[in-house]
Amino acid sequence: MAREIDLYERQRRLAWYLILPAVVVVFLVIGYPLIQVIVYSFMKYKLDGVTPPGFVGIDNYLFIFSDPDFWHAVWVTLIFTFFSVTIESVLGLTVALVANSKFKGRTFLRVAILIPWAIPTVVSSQIWRWMFNDIYGVVNVLLINLHLIPQKIAWLATPATALPVIIGVDVWKTTPFMSLLLLAGLQLIPGDLYEAASIDGATGIRKFLSVTLPLVTPTLLVALIFRTLDALRVFDIFYIMVGGQGNMATVAVYNQQQLIAFLDAGVGSATSVVILLFIMIFVVLYTRFSQTSFE
Amino acid sequence: MKEQGTKPVVLRVLFYLLVLVILVFNLFPFLYALVSSFRPSNDLFSTDLFPKALALDHYQAVFKDVRFVGSLVNSIIVAGTTVLISLALGSLCAYALGRLPFRFKGSVLYLVLTMTMFPQIAVLSGLFVMLKTLGLFNTRQGLVLTYLIFTMPFTIWVMTQYFRSLPKELEEAAYVDGASPLTVFWQILLPLTMPGLISTGLLAFIAAWNEFLFALTFTVTDTMKTVPVVISQFSGSSSFEQPWGSIMAASMVVTIPLVILVMIFQYRIVAGLTAGAVKG
Repeated sequence: MAREIDLYERQRRLAWYLILPAVVVVFLVIGYPLIQVIVYSFMKYKLDGVTPPGFVGIDNYLFIFSDPDFWHAVWVTLIFTFFSVTIESVLGLTVALVANSKFKGRTFLRVAILIPWAIPTVVSSQIWRWMFNDIYGVVNVLLINLHLIPQKIAWLATPATALPVIIGVDVWKTTPFMSLLLLAGLQLIPGDLYEAASIDGATGIRKFLSVTLPLVTPTLLVALIFRTLDALRVFDIFYIMVGGQGNMATVAVYNQQQLIAFLDAGVGSATSVVILLFIMIFVVLYTRFSQTSFE
Repeated sequence: MKEQGTKPVVLRVLFYLLVLVILVFNLFPFLYALVSSFRPSNDLFSTDLFPKALALDHYQAVFKDVRFVGSLVNSIIVAGTTVLISLALGSLCAYALGRLPFRFKGSVLYLVLTMTMFPQIAVLSGLFVMLKTLGLFNTRQGLVLTYLIFTMPFTIWVMTQYFRSLPKELEEAAYVDGASPLTVFWQILLPLTMPGLISTGLLAFIAAWNEFLFALTFTVTDTMKTVPVVISQFSGSSSFEQPWGSIMAASMVVTIPLVILVMIFQYRIVAGLTAGAVKG
């Protein structure tokens, strides 16, 4: 008995020693910078090395909330998030259902859908920029050859066409992730349920609506929230494909530009805090719905 | 599934058509870029879908480019070091969280899960100033440090799940024989979590290899840039003329190793991805 208590004590002490290095690192890279960001967001803090920093209260927040560029970036981000997450949920579920049924070449399909996911975002953005190149791009060539468009379109030159293209690229890149999560969810559905439904005379569509859909909904919800909070901080695709043009910036691009182009850590930090608060809502939702046990 | 046989032929044709569409949609851009990278320069801007000849021009150009080769080396060092540090510190922490008793375990785990979703952009200015102060701005060490933001919480979370899933009897026998908790970790449990280490290591490597925002913001000189930054900044003789051949060749050089990894470790990668997001 004494030995057991001794072991328990040793395990407890060891636990703290083992956690300590990770805690220190995480504090250094997340905790400390985060505190700094919150502090800077209330300061006039130029990174030019000339202007002396000083507290300005909520001026930075007032600045961004009255900046039409910021609101435009919010609008672009929300449109992007809504359409890309919706489309990739529908496509993701379709792909997951296909990958979950038995057929020849299923393994090949599962490998193939991982490829867009593994390609670096910068690379896939460049590939798609090449495909949508106004003069030589394969998309324009195909559409002209099929007589679908009268003349070549400069897709990435105006928001009206660039935004749908960018959403398309994101859908291409992230649908695999969505389908993999949903596939994992589909595989959890017990086969007996389908058999029972068959005995009751349910058809394919009926089975999908009353067995598959309700049972995969929890996974879908989790994947949806996860992807939403990912889409809200989109940076790479916009930065590469439209170069962060003023009329096509997302909040993350706006944030990075405040910091790097305008060397304004104050306004940049205030933007960060706003993004963080917004994303936190989805993080809390995620942990609520993910049915994770923390014990 | 026994319905397969009785399904009308039409449905099966439609099904395979759908499979085909999915395959083309997923693979076409990659294959198109691959073909473009092998097109001779004079053929690159022809609007024919298939090249008349294949050439290695662009690959030769890319490997002669000091900036690109240097960035490849940087990316390998940065991503490799990031993975090693996160696996080392992360698995120790995960062992404690998954296997050892201590107070506040639930809260720590909750915090870890929350941090796996932490948006990098939220600490951009904080890290910028911190790296400048520490003298790590525009260094590989600085990038490694910041990459731990997204690799550490993820590694801890997934590895904790792996440690938890091992049966209790394994260590009990060892404890009866008088082994210390650290011996149990090192000699019994760690070897059993090898699949988890491979999954998380691969995913962390891919994430670090593909990272763009921090690399773009925290490096300025060509000698310190990573591959994604260099690929985003390839430029031709004028701003209107982009060296598409080189961009595609460079893209293939950084992508093909990943595609091969995905093909070999498909199962492990999927296991790690879903453990990180759905399983509890």
